[in-house]
Parts: sequence; structure tokens; C-alpha cells
Amino acid sequence: MTDATLENAPYAFVRKETLEQEAAPLSVAGPVAWVRNNLFSGPVNSLMTLVCLYIVVTSVPDLVRFYFIDAVWSGTNRDACLADKVGRPVGACWAYIADRFQYFIYGSYPVPQRWRVNIVFAMFALGVVWMLWDSAPWKKVGAFFFFVMLPISAYLLLLGGNGAESFLRFLILLSFALAVLYLVLSFVPNLARFWVPPALLAVEQAAPPWQRFHGPKRLILMALVIFGLIAVLEDTAGLPRVDTGLWGGMMVTFLIAAVGIVFSLPLGVILALGRRSRLPIIQLLSVIFIEFVRGVPLITVLFMANTMLPLFVPQEYSPDRLLRPLIGVALFAAAYMAEVIRGGLQAIPKGQYEGAMSLGLGYWQMMRLIILPQALRIVIPGIVNTFIGLFKDTTLVTIVGIFDFLRTIEATLVDPTWATPTTRATGYAFAAMFYFLCCWGMSRYSIAVEKRLAAGQKR
Amino acid sequence: MDHSTTGGGASTVAGSRAATSDEEGVKTVSTIPTETVQPGKASLFYDPKIRGYVYQFALLAVVGFLIWSAASNAIENLRAQKIASGFGFWHNAAGFDVNQKLIPFSASGSTYGQAFYVGLLNTLLVASIGIVLSTFLGFFVGVSRLSSNWVLSKLAMIYVEVIRNLPLLLQLFFWYNAVLKPLPDARNSIALPGSIYLNNRGLIMPNPQFGPAFQAVVIAFFLAVVLAIAFYIWSKKQQERTGTQYPNGSITFGLILGLPLLTYFIAGQPLSFDLPQQGRFNLTGGLQIYPEFVALLIGLTTYTAGFIAEVVRAGILAVSRGQTEAANALGLRAGPTLKLVVIPQAMRVIIPPLTSNYLNLTKNSSLAVAIGYPDLVQVFTGTVLNQTGQAVEVVAITMAVYLTISLVTSLFMNIYNKRMALVER
Repeated sequence: MTDATLENAPYAFVRKETLEQEAAPLSVAGPVAWVRNNLFSGPVNSLMTLVCLYIVVTSVPDLVRFYFIDAVWSGTNRDACLADKVGRPVGACWAYIADRFQYFIYGSYPVPQRWRVNIVFAMFALGVVWMLWDSAPWKKVGAFFFFVMLPISAYLLLLGGNGAESFLRFLILLSFALAVLYLVLSFVPNLARFWVPPALLAVEQAAPPWQRFHGPKRLILMALVIFGLIAVLEDTAGLPRVDTGLWGGMMVTFLIAAVGIVFSLPLGVILALGRRSRLPIIQLLSVIFIEFVRGVPLITVLFMANTMLPLFVPQEYSPDRLLRPLIGVALFAAAYMAEVIRGGLQAIPKGQYEGAMSLGLGYWQMMRLIILPQALRIVIPGIVNTFIGLFKDTTLVTIVGIFDFLRTIEATLVDPTWATPTTRATGYAFAAMFYFLCCWGMSRYSIAVEKRLAAGQKR
Repeated sequence: MDHSTTGGGASTVAGSRAATSDEEGVKTVSTIPTETVQPGKASLFYDPKIRGYVYQFALLAVVGFLIWSAASNAIENLRAQKIASGFGFWHNAAGFDVNQKLIPFSASGSTYGQAFYVGLLNTLLVASIGIVLSTFLGFFVGVSRLSSNWVLSKLAMIYVEVIRNLPLLLQLFFWYNAVLKPLPDARNSIALPGSIYLNNRGLIMPNPQFGPAFQAVVIAFFLAVVLAIAFYIWSKKQQERTGTQYPNGSITFGLILGLPLLTYFIAGQPLSFDLPQQGRFNLTGGLQIYPEFVALLIGLTTYTAGFIAEVVRAGILAVSRGQTEAANALGLRAGPTLKLVVIPQAMRVIIPPLTSNYLNLTKNSSLAVAIGYPDLVQVFTGTVLNQTGQAVEVVAITMAVYLTISLVTSLFMNIYNKRMALVER
């Protein structure tokens, strides 16, 4: 086709260049269409949207005004938050939170001793990051730190006093003795053949002496360093006994949650294995324990721990007021954990068990080396969800008279120093923020893990 | 014979190890098979059966010892503290009063046993109302979260996230202390339409007074239910045979609502209301709903609804899109698709976790003790335990109650699951 033929064609107009692409009509794309499709697609939908918008419009500005614009941010007592003293409408009394912040964290723990709590907080944070961060190095050492070193150090540091001091001395002696033993063993390997499998021993001996028996060596070294540091602290600063009656606030909340986590996980593993055991009596006892605990409310378990535990032990060993709910919470969480872990055990294909057995592994070797690492990995989301429940349930210790975080809030609300009409709303908002951040953070983590675990199954 | 072989093998390995300690590892490893030669017959110690017996016996012994020592310590301690044991306290006079009671109870003439029933009924009352309300709210929120309406789904998401991530106890404190307590006192009650008053003593409502003829209405109601069920079964059979569909929904609705109403008017309206009267200082008459009950009910309902919403959402998402598309391809419209295809399959996923949420609600109702609602734990494990000091018996009875509820529910759940389970090849 040439220009000449085009000009001779019987058409009045022939477009020679392409048209500019036009934007999609407003009714199909763009904000207007989006609003029409998502908010006003029908009469019912439109009504819903209007009702929702009405709720938002009536509540959000008031909330913002109460908690931010009209809020009082500084002050030393209730006068700062009283409308007639300040001369303007008063919203949330954040000055009260700022004033009692230390109390919310430490409870009545003596002020000069609070650095001890801070150290335990730091260790706890380190342990949590170590355990939760997937690509953190030295996971096994981290597990040892979290499940063994952290509870012992927390006990030594938080409680203090003579009992803790002699226990610390014993621990240092023990770890020192173990260190010496391993040092000797790495140079005189013949002694080790009594309990180290020969294959492993052979590998060890191929290495230079300072690399032999590296696993336990690291753990013992860590124990020595941590206990040594605590001993140095004790020598320089002294660790007088702080009675558990003085503990309170977030410290106790975290303590209960941590004790629940540290003890419920191993206990839960044992109970789950027991429930799947082929030995009838072990299975029966596990089932009874799990179903019993899961069938009753936590409050009754706490009441039981509070009133019956002291009856079940000789009078002179009557457990501490704080220890009782700790035991209750740990046992309660263990039963729920056991069911989560059982789910993981059941999800492992039978071939894994058979493969392990055909390699000649015994029951515990099979569980420790083949089954549990896989089973625990796939139930991490379930475990974290149990922890979220456990963390929320720590508030129930309030009912048996323990000063956890929620109780410290309640306690300050009846204190006349800060008795204003808005104190309660502020206190509850602060508590809600604290619990929400912790639980929501955990649930985000669990979702992230779930996504990562599902990556392999994605088609 | 076997013994000497292994012994020899071990000593060979030991010897070679000593000799080759500075050589490379390969040679040392090669000597291993000599030791892994197993004796032909396992000794009794390695017999898994016997080991199993030993383990179980040891565990039994440990558990038995723990129970025995706990029991003997308890007997010793109870004797030292001069606390009676046994269930004799059940018939002793209680000597305290309870504000909300469904059965007659008074400080002067009632026993601890009656206090137990008062608490149990209050627990069941708040749990059953809470279950109904939280189901409605939970289904609404769960469906809203999947709605195409952006504002609605975001609001539902915020609701679920906030409710699920806050401790129930904090929410109860909020409802009780921050919402219901600051209400005006009885003199300045907020008057709502229909002679309903709201103040810091709760909600005062007209108290229905049932005349003797009201029984007829109740009978008519049950008759209507039976008739409706019978009609449903008949219409299903008829539909299977002939294909004719009957307006089941409207007939059921008409029967259940119409028959009792008709009876009510025929019997001469045997229902009157005792209206609360606004006096000088107080309200008299009427039906009082206590703020503790309201706070607990709102708290439990909203909290559990957050969990139910997630269950419902998961259930609906679990029905694959292909099911809806197949139903559309068969010519079903949106309504029947939902009713006949999506919901029955979603329910299979929803019902088991839904039941466990109902159980959780029932167990969580024990938090009543924190705000003073007289439920089983507050009345029995709280007051009765404090008065009698008989911790073992009281806690055991309380736990037995919750345990019975849980076990019975899970029994029905297992039967249901067996019936509903997908039958596969």
C-alpha cells in the first residue's frame, strides 16, 4: 500500500498516527471506582459503610483528643490532672504513668538493688533474641543459656541472700570441676572412652587438643564466666536478700511468663512423648494429666497451688507465696504445650521413625536427633500461640494476691496521690498498650515463621 | 564365648588406639567394626519388653510415692491446723448472702451445699447466655472480615486484633471499673425507654409476672417446635420424592412465633410487668441485673467473639473457590450456593474449634471472681473455702464440675466428628 493508493481511497479521513492511550474511565479504575466497588456496591453495603463511618467519626476524634490533645504529660501529683486546677478540659493523665513508671516495672523492689533486675532483663532479652532469631549462631549454646543459665542466674540475682550465695559457690565449684575434668580429658583421651562412642572419640582425637570435646566445653566455659561475673558482683556490690513479697510489676509478669516458657517446653515434650508412648501406664498417666489440666480453668489450678500445695509438703518446706502460682502456671502451660507438640509428632511421616530405627538408633537417640528437631520446628507457630495465651494468663495471678503488672496498675488507681477522674482510663490504656505490644509482636513472629515454613510447600 | 569375643574386641580397639594416637583418623576409624559385633543373644537387660515393664513400674512407684507423701503430709498438716476433713461441711449453715441467685438462698437458713448450687447455676447462666451472644457476634465479625466492604473488613480486623491480644482480665476490669462503675447512682438513674433504668447498681428492668395460664403459652411454644421439626422432616422427604420445595423457613418462623402468641391472646394475656418505681432515693421493684453480671457477660462475649470470628473466617476460607464455581455451573444462585454448598462444608471445619471456644468461655467465666460476680469459683472456691478452710475438698469439687463439663462436651464432639468426618477410600 502506497501513499498514492491511500489518497485515492474513497475515505474522507484516514488516521495515520496511533491515538494516545486514554486513561480508563472513572467508573472502572481510580479512587471513585474503588469507592463504588468496595464501599457502595449495593444498598446493604452502603448502609454498612455509613454505619462504620459513623462509628469511626464519632469515636476516633474523641479518643485522639482524650489521649493526645487534652492529655497531661508532666506533673508531680493529681493537681496536674484536675480540670478545675488546670483550667482546661483534661484528657489522659500521662504524668501519672511517668511518675509511677518505675513502680510498674519493678514493683516494690528496693531502689538501690534494681540494677540486679536490669541485668536479668538484659539476659532475658538476649536469650529471647538468641532463641527466636532463626539464623543466630550457636543455637545449642543459646538453648543452654535460655533454659539453664537464665533461670539459675535470675534466681541468684533476683533473690540474693545467704541461700543464693552458698548455691552460687556450689555452682562455681561444680562448673570448675567439670572444666578441669574436660581439660584433663582433652589431653588424656583414653579416660573418655568409657562413655564417649568410639567413632566420636576417633574424630575428636584427629583434632588438636584445644578443639576436642567442643560441645560441652563451650557450655561449661559459659557457665564459669556467668557464675564468675555474678560472684564478682556479689563481692563488689553485695546481693542482699530481696523477699519475693517486694517483687512486682512487669518484672513479675515477665518472670511468670519466662518460668512458664522455660519449664513448660521440656515438660510438654516429655508429656507429648508419654502420650504417644506404647507403654500403657506411661500413656495413661500422661493422658490423665493432660486432659485433667486442660479441662479445668487456670484459676482453679492457681487456687489449688495456693491452698493445697502448702498442705502437700511438710510445714517447714512450705513453698514461697510467689513460687506457688509459678508451679501452677508451669504445669498448666505444660499440658497445653504437650498437645501442640503432639500435633508436631503426629505430622512427622512414619518413614522418619523407621529410617531412624533402621540406622540402629535407640528411642531417645531417635527422638533427640531425628524426630524432635523436625517436630518442634513445624509447631513453632503453635508454641508461640501457646506463649501468647500464657502471657495473657499471667494476669490471673492477680487473683491469688501476686503483684504482677496489672495488679500494680490497680494498686496505683486506689492511691489518692493520683486519684483523678481520668487516671483509670490512662492506667488501663497503658496496660493495654503493654500487653498488646507483647502479644501482637509474638503473633507477628509466629506468622513470619509460618510463612517461612510454608515456603517449601508453595506451588 | 560371646563375652570373651567382645571383650577381646574392646581391648584390641583400646590397644590400637593407644598405638595409633598420632596417626591420621582414617586408620583409627577402620578399627571400629570389630567392636560393633553384637552378641548373638541379647541379655535380659536389653529386652525392650522387660525394659518397658521396668520403666512403667518405676514411674508408678514414683507417682505412688508422691501421692502417698502428699496425702500423709496433708493429713498431718490438717491435723496440726485443726481443719476438719470430709464432706460433712456440705450440710453446714453458710451464714453469708449472695446477691444474684437463681434459687432461694439466704444467709440464715442455707447450707454450703446450696451455696454450691447457687454458684453453679450462676456460672451456667453467664456461660450459656455468653455462648449464644458470642456466636452471633463472632459470626458477624468473621463474615465482616471477609466482606468486600473495605471499611467494614478493616474495622472487623481491628476488633479481632485488639480483643485477642489483650488479657481477658484487663478487659473485665475495663468493663466493670471503667464503664459500669462510673454510671450515676440510683437517685440519678439514666431512664431508658420502656421503664428501664441504668445506674451503678446495674440495669433495672420491668419484672415479668407470669400468671397461672402462662403455662399454656409455654406448652404451645414446645408444641410449635415439635410441629416445625415434624414439618421439616416431612417436607424434606416430600422434596426427595417429588422435587417440590416448601417454604420451610417462613412456616417454621410462623409456627414458633404464631402459635404461642395465639395461645397468649386466647388465654387472656396472662403476663404483667412489675415496673420499677423511681422513689426519692432509690428505685423499687423491677428486675435488677447486677453490674458484675453485665460486665462479665460483655467481657466474655466480646473476648470469645474475637476468637470465634477467626474460626469462622478460617472455616469459610477453607472451602475452596472451586466449590462455589461448581455450584454456579450447576445453576445455583448465590443464596442456595451459600446454604447448600459453602456453609455445610465450612461448618465441618468450624464446629470443632467452635466447641473448644465455648469450653474456653465456660472456663473463663471463672474470672468472675476478680470482679465479684457470684459464680462457682467466687462463691465456692472463694467464700466457702475461706470459711471452712477445707481446701482439698472444695477445690476438688470445683475442678470436678469443670472437668465434667469439658469431658462431656468433648465426648459429644468426638461423636460429632466421627459422623461428620469425610469418608475417604
